[in-house]
Amino acid sequence: MTSDSVNWAAVRADFPILHQEVRGNPLIYFDSAASSQKPRQVIDALSRYYEHDNANVHRGLHELSSRATDAFEAARNKVAKFLNAASADEIIFTRGTTEGINLVAQAYGTRYVKEGDVVLLTEMEHHSNLVPWQLLAERTGATLRFVPVLEDGTLDLSKLPELLTPEVKIFSFTHISNSLGTVNPVADLCRAARAVGAISVVDAAQSAGHLPVDVQALGCDFLALSGHKMCAPTGIGALYGRAEVLEKTPPYHGGGEMIVSVSLQKATYKEAPHRFEAGTPNIAGAVGLGAAVDYLENIGRQNIAAHDGELVRYAQQRMEADVPGIRIIGPRERSGLVGFVMESAHPHDLTTYADRYGLALRGGHHCNQPLMKKFKLPGTSRASFYFYNTKEEIDRMITILQEAARFFS
Amino acid sequence: MLPNSDLEELYQQVLLDHSRRPRNFGELTEADATEAGEKVVKVQGDNPSCGDEIVVSVKLADTGLKLADIKFTGQGCAISQASASLMTIKTKGRSRAEVEELIAAFHDLITKQTENPPDILGDLQLLQGVWRFPQRVKCATLAWRALEQALREGSAGVVTTEVEG
Ligand SMILES: Cc1ncc(COP(=O)(O)O)c(C=O)c1O
Repeated sequence: MTSDSVNWAAVRADFPILHQEVRGNPLIYFDSAASSQKPRQVIDALSRYYEHDNANVHRGLHELSSRATDAFEAARNKVAKFLNAASADEIIFTRGTTEGINLVAQAYGTRYVKEGDVVLLTEMEHHSNLVPWQLLAERTGATLRFVPVLEDGTLDLSKLPELLTPEVKIFSFTHISNSLGTVNPVADLCRAARAVGAISVVDAAQSAGHLPVDVQALGCDFLALSGHKMCAPTGIGALYGRAEVLEKTPPYHGGGEMIVSVSLQKATYKEAPHRFEAGTPNIAGAVGLGAAVDYLENIGRQNIAAHDGELVRYAQQRMEADVPGIRIIGPRERSGLVGFVMESAHPHDLTTYADRYGLALRGGHHCNQPLMKKFKLPGTSRASFYFYNTKEEIDRMITILQEAARFFS
Repeated sequence: MLPNSDLEELYQQVLLDHSRRPRNFGELTEADATEAGEKVVKVQGDNPSCGDEIVVSVKLADTGLKLADIKFTGQGCAISQASASLMTIKTKGRSRAEVEELIAAFHDLITKQTENPPDILGDLQLLQGVWRFPQRVKCATLAWRALEQALREGSAGVVTTEVEG
């Protein structure tokens, strides 16, 4: 697969923030796994919304309110198509992946998980797909189990039969590991969950903007994503919930927007997705997410995945060949990020060093403390790529890493 | 690539040497308190988001008026480990009043630009470059925060500097 059909230089030019110097050096932004940058098209969509259409949704009879409502619901449609959901009613707007997973744990989990039940996770989960389940376990008396991670950074699927037993009510796992870059076999895992009567929850924070994600082909019950990691603003995300499962899920937050009628003692609730969207939503954020979806669809996620893949393979090959004392963590087949450690420099010292040369890396435990403990690492440095990055930037990173190896030894 | 003067000031060879070969590395135990009025106190310093960990153990003498001995163990970035190593050298054998003076002077040194650092700081001036890296102040102060806690005796436990940084 190649991505030659895209004019990547023109794409890069869409991102105003990338064209600046940091401390006298050209910015190299290799921290898109933490948060991506935003193209002009998304920034403009936000200004346009605030300059022309801004009002509250679903509650005014005036022109601006109906425009805002249309824009908000149009964004929902775009996200539904982006994920190939069967209906836009299966898309709930959230603040991000973290809120999406908390929604499932609190609304669905509290109703359907009982003492003695099991929630199955994996050892590579981000804290946001771990702590909500710990809280659920505390509330309900359920227990947590974990699919182990092998030395090479992949899941030990041979353990699945003994872990995924009928007591498992929820199997929640990440599509792509944010520290290892592992891409998990989501469709297989969802099928295995269904076979024991468990629902599946997919953390798509690292995948939604990077490769084609088709919820029907994956066969998942829930899937959570964050807009800010896929060119949209912060504070907006989406949770896909399969209609059949959403129907039987009780509300999450209570308030306006989610009710049909309210008396002093009782309320009746709307259908999904509105039942899960109490209060005035992040309308502008949703509009921005819709614009980001359009932008990514225009490039094509196949092309994005191919470009990410070329960059990460190139980076991996150059790091191993040309930087002394470096060790790459995680599987060889990986998404567009590499986690690594250097013999001579602690991840934080290396990150500080790189920053002085305009290179934005992430250093630390990446919200994966248990995983770092397992690999006996104090943390790693991570370079994460997106489609606006270039091989020339990787070459500059290699020079900086080589200099750092000299500097710290 | 041009050398960067901020980095060279921060990571001086002596500092890197302390981080690779930390002095007074180890732990004191109750058995080290042999005389009347001596007491061993141990405090753990933990910056979980960085992964820096330090255990400072001190032997207080003269019913707490003197820091008779000090050791540390730990792992983490060069700044946290070198700062701990230098701290043990500078504080060992000093009176409580002197140690408290050092703690305050050191904090000033690494958080603001200091024209004429007080003489008492001596080699600790190696860490002066930290003030240009506000995100790294918490690394440099972790061991010191643990020492401060140890001087309060009894109330030992786990301390962190992450809220500061
Ligand atoms: C794999 C994974 N899951 C979940 C999250 C949490 O996303 P957010 O902070 O946007 O809710 C992240 C982001 O850091 C992530 O990388």
